[in-house]
Amino acid sequence: MSESSGSALQPGRPSRQPAVHPENLSLDSSCFSSPPVNFLQELPSYRSIARRRTTVHSRDKQSGTLLKPTDSYSSQLEDRIAENLSSHSLRNYALNISEKRRLRDIQETQMKYLSEWDQWKRYSSKSWKRFLEKAREMTTHLELWREDIRSIEGKFGTGIQSYFSFLRFLVLLNLVIFLIIFMLVLLPVLLTKYKITNSSFVLIPFKDMDKQCTVYPVSSSGLIYFYSYIIDLLSGTGFLEETSLFYGHYTIDGVKFQNFTYDLPLAYLLSTIASLALSLLWIVKRSGLNQRLATEMGQHELYNMAYFWSPHETYRIENLRSVEGFKINLIRSEEHFQSYCNKIFAGWDFCITNRSMADLKHSSLRYELRADLEEERMRQKIAERTSEETIRIYSLRLFLNCIVLAVLGACFYAIYVATVFSQEHMKKEIDKMVFGENLFILYLPSIVITLANFITPMIFAKIIRYEDYSPGFEIRLTILRCVFMRLATICVLVFTLGSKITSCDDDTCDLCGYNQKLYPCWETQVGQEMYKLMIFDFIIILAVTLFVDFPRKLLVTYCSSCKLIQCWGQQEFAIPDNVLGIVYGQTICWIGAFFSPLLPAIATLKFIIIFYVKEWSLLYTCRPSPRPFRASNSNFFFLLVLLIGLCLAIIPLTISISRIPSSKACGPFTNFNTTWEVIPKTVSTFPSSLQSFIHGVTSEAFAVPFFMIICLIMFYFIALAGAHKRVVIQLREQLSLESRDKCYLIQKLTEAQRDMRN
Amino acid sequence: GQQANSLHTRAAGSVSGLHIFHKEGDHEDLAPQLVPLDYTTCPDVKVPYELIGSMPELKDNPFRQRIAQVFSEDGDGHMTLDNFLDMFSVMSEMAPRDLKAYYAFKIYDFNNDDYICAWDLEQTVTKLTRGELSAEEVSLVCEKVLDEADGDHDGRLSLEDFQNMILRAPDFLSTFHIRI
Repeated sequence: MSESSGSALQPGRPSRQPAVHPENLSLDSSCFSSPPVNFLQELPSYRSIARRRTTVHSRDKQSGTLLKPTDSYSSQLEDRIAENLSSHSLRNYALNISEKRRLRDIQETQMKYLSEWDQWKRYSSKSWKRFLEKAREMTTHLELWREDIRSIEGKFGTGIQSYFSFLRFLVLLNLVIFLIIFMLVLLPVLLTKYKITNSSFVLIPFKDMDKQCTVYPVSSSGLIYFYSYIIDLLSGTGFLEETSLFYGHYTIDGVKFQNFTYDLPLAYLLSTIASLALSLLWIVKRSGLNQRLATEMGQHELYNMAYFWSPHETYRIENLRSVEGFKINLIRSEEHFQSYCNKIFAGWDFCITNRSMADLKHSSLRYELRADLEEERMRQKIAERTSEETIRIYSLRLFLNCIVLAVLGACFYAIYVATVFSQEHMKKEIDKMVFGENLFILYLPSIVITLANFITPMIFAKIIRYEDYSPGFEIRLTILRCVFMRLATICVLVFTLGSKITSCDDDTCDLCGYNQKLYPCWETQVGQEMYKLMIFDFIIILAVTLFVDFPRKLLVTYCSSCKLIQCWGQQEFAIPDNVLGIVYGQTICWIGAFFSPLLPAIATLKFIIIFYVKEWSLLYTCRPSPRPFRASNSNFFFLLVLLIGLCLAIIPLTISISRIPSSKACGPFTNFNTTWEVIPKTVSTFPSSLQSFIHGVTSEAFAVPFFMIICLIMFYFIALAGAHKRVVIQLREQLSLESRDKCYLIQKLTEAQRDMRN
Repeated sequence: GQQANSLHTRAAGSVSGLHIFHKEGDHEDLAPQLVPLDYTTCPDVKVPYELIGSMPELKDNPFRQRIAQVFSEDGDGHMTLDNFLDMFSVMSEMAPRDLKAYYAFKIYDFNNDDYICAWDLEQTVTKLTRGELSAEEVSLVCEKVLDEADGDHDGRLSLEDFQNMILRAPDFLSTFHIRI
């Protein structure tokens, strides 16, 4: 061992002993033939592992690995277990059932010798545990769509199942958002409107305003054609405009109950802020599952290495455990950290029960392993690149990224033009137009957005092939570009609307702060655009499933002679595209929730219907994709994309709430300059000490140092994480050196014993 | 099968406190002619491996032979009721991670030498890919696995290495379970 360690050690990378290296064969075999194995098991370190692991306390419930004892130690282990009856249930031990039964009998006989208090304690803790288990089982039964998702998981694997759980999460999120809005805004209005409680609306006319700003022409109902109802339903104009669907309905300053006045404008604004904050917290918490796992892994790693060291070092290492800087790095590098081990040991899904799924799993594992090896080869190729090749590749990448930006710019410009065109022509005499032209103009922005979202992924997929990245990075970059494209188009639409609302031909904007001629109630009109986007998105999803996937499947099944169709094949369930679709829908919902309070309810219904449609489409028209999508990464990826959508939704909302003056003709904020003004006005009604406190907290003198302190804390954690990584590498090296020392010493010992005997 | 389920509930009822991770499910009987209905006298009945290997939960599993060998009493794949219950108990959803990791280690240790050596890994990879990777690719994959998981650098995975690695494998709990 010492010879090979001297020759092969490189700095920073301990050499690994191959098991069948010819020089070491004799050493290895003598190291591990029968007497030394007993030595290994008699070592204090081994015994302390066994002891520590059997008596580990539940700091984390699943810690403490429990070894099946070898023959000489089985009775000792069982005695130890029989002694430590209090904390652990027998189920965590790796013994078979007859042995567990015996131990349990020992436990029960021992119980008789305890005092009554201890007996009662044990009995109550057992029944409490049983109750908790039953409660947990009951709550899992309450989960929505549990059976459907489990059967999908069984048939199509965990990647597609994660898409459906994500969809279920969005349904619940939208339901909760709608409940918040309902409690805060809708309920008082409905109670007063239908005279359920003895309350009345409070309407305060603003005196200093120009009368012109308050003019809100209701669309004249002259000769009503039948199809105008359909157009109204699809575009939110006409009879839908005055309903509680849109902002303009809530032209109320307060609701007067018997004892107090309910401030509706404040409630309206707070409902939006609360729903966005709740979404953010829920998404972060849901993705935090990965973080908790990473922390647990970090703790275990250090813990398991600790037994090699002296008590002083163990103490030091135990202290390191409490710092959680591992999280971020482990998540980022998790994919490459153990990719081969994950595939080999956690790759086969033991739930698979039918032949075709098994074949699929085999081929997907094969594909994944080949892709990983390919990536390895790519990495080596990159490492071997000459400098001129590097320069060439980087300049090519720069050029291609400029093309990507140009494509994005072209799409954004197309959306801008389409929105402007649609808005201008909507104001003309739309009733006089033909039905199809009518609808086309109303839906023009949606149509352009959908077309752009259809074409650009194909362009991006073509471009990235020339950029010469590794396959995994290619996929991720393409997806990120498509995500950005999809979500930024909504922002462009909203900004176009915003610019149209605040721009006027002459100086009439100074009168009310916005273009009141074209947009007397601009929030309602923005709400209508969001409503149209949502409806159109829903229609497109249904249409694609019904009119593309289903006929494709029929063609493939019944037209088996046609080679071209067989080549095309059945639809694959493309997870990234579907996820982008529902994140797009959710972003629209977030932006539109302020302008249209009922939009989250519509979104909930839409997602429920999409769940069933997609499930039906998956089961009957799709074949599983050979390119697998790992569940552990995909959950994090979906939530990351959703978070990007949330951030992109907050931007236009903050601008419209704080910058654009609220419309004076409709809505709860007629008496305020901007929507945000409600908050300062409410704060000014607080007691003066609270007021001065709030003013202090929001002033620059507080905010700037606060921001700097947060930045410092963040840098501290990043540095700590880097330091821990280095410590882990060092400890690993030392671990391998120690085990080699151990083998060497055991070998020497056996040689000495042999010499003594001879 | 279902008989095992009903027997278990009766057994669990009389032997209280013995927790076996279990979920009810309806099933066709595995071997009705072999398994007697009354287990109170603890008869020594063994279900042969061929029947176990053809169970719907296991028949497509490339490791079914190893699973049966690990849980059977003599390591030959023929299982008694206790072995059967043990197997489903460990493979159910509610078994703790360490218990599963321990048994997974035994399953992947083809030559039963308490270490997963390179030969064991090659067997695992071959079974996973049904022999469709070339020999060079298989050995490359095995080398990578040892690179990643071998903590003490002795060229094979001990139980500690394996358990450390499983801690960092987030998919393990969701894939290493059999739903009945």
